[in-house]
Parts: sequence; structure tokens; C-alpha cells
Amino acid sequence: MMVRGEAASGVRDSVPIALGYFTVALAFGLYAAKGQVPVWAAGLISTTNLSSSGQFAGIVVMLASGSLVQLGLTVAVVNLRYVLMALSLSQRLEPGVRWWQRALVAYGITDEIFALAMGRRRVPVSYFLGLVPLPVLGWTGGTVAGAMVGEFLPPTWQAAFGVLLYGMFIAIVIPAARADRSVAAVAVGAAALSIALATMPFSAGLQPGWRIIIVTVVVSGVAAWLAPLPRKDA
Amino acid sequence: MPSLGWSIVVMAGVTYGLRAVPLLLFSKPIENRFVTSFLHYVPYAVLTAMTIPAIVFATTTPYSGVAGLVVAVALAWFGRSLLTVALGAAGAVWLVEILLV
Repeated sequence: MMVRGEAASGVRDSVPIALGYFTVALAFGLYAAKGQVPVWAAGLISTTNLSSSGQFAGIVVMLASGSLVQLGLTVAVVNLRYVLMALSLSQRLEPGVRWWQRALVAYGITDEIFALAMGRRRVPVSYFLGLVPLPVLGWTGGTVAGAMVGEFLPPTWQAAFGVLLYGMFIAIVIPAARADRSVAAVAVGAAALSIALATMPFSAGLQPGWRIIIVTVVVSGVAAWLAPLPRKDA
Repeated sequence: MPSLGWSIVVMAGVTYGLRAVPLLLFSKPIENRFVTSFLHYVPYAVLTAMTIPAIVFATTTPYSGVAGLVVAVALAWFGRSLLTVALGAAGAVWLVEILLV
């Protein structure tokens, strides 16, 4: 009975995330369809990845005909933050969680679901797993809808949907940058280096995946060196 | 060009591995200060590098892309929700494209 209650409140809490995911996934589906990725493949990528920035970066590499190594590396770097989230979640799961339960929980770690789960001091597995199904449905459904109807939209609407994902990224970076000068410096530095690499003659031919990797590793590395976190930060 | 099937397998496998391996193997917090700091800054560097300069070229004309960028940054600065920021950027792009294209 307790289990059912926790799972149900997880499902309830996840409704806004599911709606947001549906809207943003339209853009991913549209982008995939424009690159001639079949609808089923776009949907499958969304169901199996459940990560906006990671699969977006991945499809950029795919469409640029990057190698599988470049694809794997790009997805790994872009999604590296999940390592951090999984580590801190492993500290907060209720005691006595079985390995297969951890394996299930792992699938559902996204920025938003993680943020919701962190609202609990101890995270019950049933609550976490309740958070997952609706966002998966929203993310996959939005992708398929975007891939199917996207190309029939007028160009102005396509352009508008195309920036939804970027809007979501900006919504994550800016508040953090406003609250923390080091994060602000990271954002400004990453923007500057990214523009430089994309426009300089010697690096303009660089594939987007490599550019994202280089910018991330260089800027995060410099920031970690110059502005390390205080000791107790988790 | 690698096959579509293998590309999907690589993306799914890498993404799930990053989430599952730490959760299954580590039950202690990371101690290394450089590593925790590096991981802390990664999301902001990644998201910025993916957005800039790409957002400017994602639309029909750079003007609408810049408008979307400016509106999104402004809305996010004033603490609007993820959905509001995303829709605001899309709305700004739509409006500029209607006016200019």
C-alpha cells in the first residue's frame, strides 16, 4: 500500500515534466526528420536515450556522417553529468535497494527527473520509478509527432520549433550563471571558444561533435582548476 | 557512414552506461576535488557550446535566431520556467520570421 502511494505521487509530480518534454521533443523529431532519419529510428533514439542534449548532439554527429567513435565520445561527454547525478542519487536512495532496482532507476535519470527526486531527503525507489513513465511517453510521443508532422509545417513554424531545445538549454544555464560567478564565467568562456572554433579558418571545418567535446573539456577543466568547489560540495 | 542501427545502439549504450555504472558500482562519494569540480561545470559548458553559435543558424534568417536567443536569455534571467523560456524563444523567432521572411 505504501509502495502504491509513493509510485502514484511520483506519477503525479511528473506531469509537468511530461508536458514540457512533449513540446521540446517536437523539435528533436523535426530535426531528425529533416536529416532523413526515419520516424521509427527517431522515436527509438528518444525512448532508449531519454536525454535531450545527448541525443541532440548525437544526431548532429550522425547527420554529419561522423564515425561511431566520434558519436560515442560526443554522447559520453555531453551526458557526463549523468555520472555525477547517478553518484549523488546512489547516496540518497532508501537503504536495501536491490541491484536490479538500481538498474531500473538508472534509466530514468534526466536533469528534470533528478531535480524532482532530489526534493526528497531519502528517495524511495517506487517514487523515483513513478516519475519515469509519463516523461518517457511525452518525450517519445513528441519526437514521433515532430518527425511525422514537422515537414508539413510552414518554414516559419519549423524555425520556431527548431529553437525550443536551445531555449531549454538556456533555461538551465542562465539561472545557474546568475547565481554563481564561476558558472557565468564557464558559460561566457564556452560561448566565446565555441564561436571562435566555429569561425576561425583553421577550425571551421571541425565536426560539431568534436567542437562540443573540445569546448567542454577545455572550459570545464580550466574552471575546475581556477575555481574548484568547496570541499563539502556533493 | 556508420549504419543507423549501430548508431542507435552506441548512443543508447553509452547513455545508459553513464547512468547505470556509477549507480551500480559506487556507494561512496567521490573525494577528488578536481573531478567533482570538473563534473560540476560540465553541463553548463556543454549546453552553451551546443547553443552558441548554432541557435543563430537554426532559423531561416540569423535575425530571428538572435531574437530567440535574446528573449530566452532575458526570460531565463528573470527566473521563468523551462517551458516558458523555450516557448518564448520560439515565439520570438516566429514573430521575426513573419515580419522579415
